Amino acid sequence: MTVYDKVKDLLVDKFGVPADEVTAEATFEDLDLDSLDLVEFALAAEEEMGVRITDEEAERLVTVQDTVDLLESKGAKV
Amino acid sequence: MSDRSTATPLAQVSARPPRDPVAVTGIGLLTPAGIGIQASWAGVLAGVSHAATDPNLAGVSADISCKVPGFDPAEMLGRKSARRLDRFVQLALVAAREAVADSGLDPETWDGARVAVVVGCGMGGAATWEEQHRRLIEQGPDRVSAMLIPMLVPNMVAGQLAMDVRAYGPNMVTATACASGATAIGTARELLLAGACDVVVTGGTEAGVTPLSVAGFAQMGALSGRIHDPTHASRPFDVDRDGFVPGEAAGILVLERTRDAEARRAHIHGRIAGYGASADAHHITAPDPKGYGAELAMRSALADAGVDPADVDHVNAHGTSTPLNDVAEARTLRRVLGDGAIVTSTKGVTGHTLGAAGAIEAAFSLLSLRDGVVPPTANLDSLDPEIDIDVVAKAPREAHLEVVMSDSFGFGGQNAVLVLTK
Repeated sequence: MTVYDKVKDLLVDKFGVPADEVTAEATFEDLDLDSLDLVEFALAAEEEMGVRITDEEAERLVTVQDTVDLLESKGAKV
Repeated sequence: MSDRSTATPLAQVSARPPRDPVAVTGIGLLTPAGIGIQASWAGVLAGVSHAATDPNLAGVSADISCKVPGFDPAEMLGRKSARRLDRFVQLALVAAREAVADSGLDPETWDGARVAVVVGCGMGGAATWEEQHRRLIEQGPDRVSAMLIPMLVPNMVAGQLAMDVRAYGPNMVTATACASGATAIGTARELLLAGACDVVVTGGTEAGVTPLSVAGFAQMGALSGRIHDPTHASRPFDVDRDGFVPGEAAGILVLERTRDAEARRAHIHGRIAGYGASADAHHITAPDPKGYGAELAMRSALADAGVDPADVDHVNAHGTSTPLNDVAEARTLRRVLGDGAIVTSTKGVTGHTLGAAGAIEAAFSLLSLRDGVVPPTANLDSLDPEIDIDVVAKAPREAHLEVVMSDSFGFGGQNAVLVLTK
């Protein structure tokens, strides 16, 4: 499993996003997730992948790929 | 302390001039008796309690409750709403959609600036509060959900309904404990009569059957201890009653001024003809045994409707199944109405749905008016000899009904009484 797969699973399982809408280029706005959802996503990522996303970092995330890149740069474990 | 020496003598209340009734053009219900108006009403008429052992209450001394059967928020509202809304909002949202569809009004085309939302709720997001508090204790403050506050605050139900039906008008939640639903409907009528809006989506909702809140009610001694026989635990007005069974529900009505409803040829289920609100100013939880506050609310509602107390055909009582409420309420009913009204408590079937109770019981009152039938009080095997009113037991009673009164009384001493007519 890649970090992308894990992010996709989280979006589908915890946030109810339809699987076929999740692509690397999709923005959180496309996926109907707001800033409160991103805070929740950061918490879930920390629990599932053992890396901490700060509020400031979460605010800068626009696309799924941004998130994957950030998690990989922090050494996320999947 | 309770000094009424300077308060209005009750006999003078009835001299106040009546005001206009407002039309009920939509009803939506989710109750322990079923989802939707038809299932709920059929369940209430069947007169069988829906209380059951509640696995979520394991370890609580009174581990029985009345839940809405088969409620699946993800299926009914989508996964996003299932995740981001507390259950008290989810229940209200489904009930509101039923009520608005029933009214024949179209939120896509109505003037949303003239649509108000007034919903009663006693507790707010109790389950969210408890779950996130557990996270705080076990995992620390950094793991508390960003959705805690928007899911928890009671007013969010009115905000969410506004988003759902494009209602930009006055928007609020009323909290008068177990009278909240009736207070909301009465307040909604005030807004209509004052001209603050043309349509109101109103009612009550509650999903407070959680370990912490039920433990609190149990510690007060308010709950039935008949936990090994749950379907016989809620037994309003019965000599062997020993407390209420907590329940969850949502009831939503759509109200319009009568002339507006008639002008658009809407189907009118009935009318909210009068509203009376008062406080006991007596005790935090016990009803005033002399019943001044309850009587004041009843007489105010009847005067507001222009109805003589002797002309009330039916009372959907608060009737919680607690020893104190039922005897105090029955005495006040007898004193105000005499012996002519046919009384029931639908809480035998639904349990006590707290902030939703006044709203679902207003809906049941309207359905009684429509069908000319009073549902039985479940589990009323032997009327308390202290109670001298005509309570329906065992089977529904057919009767010609023109005027119905619905009582609601909250901890804190808040009383709200609605008078409903055809």
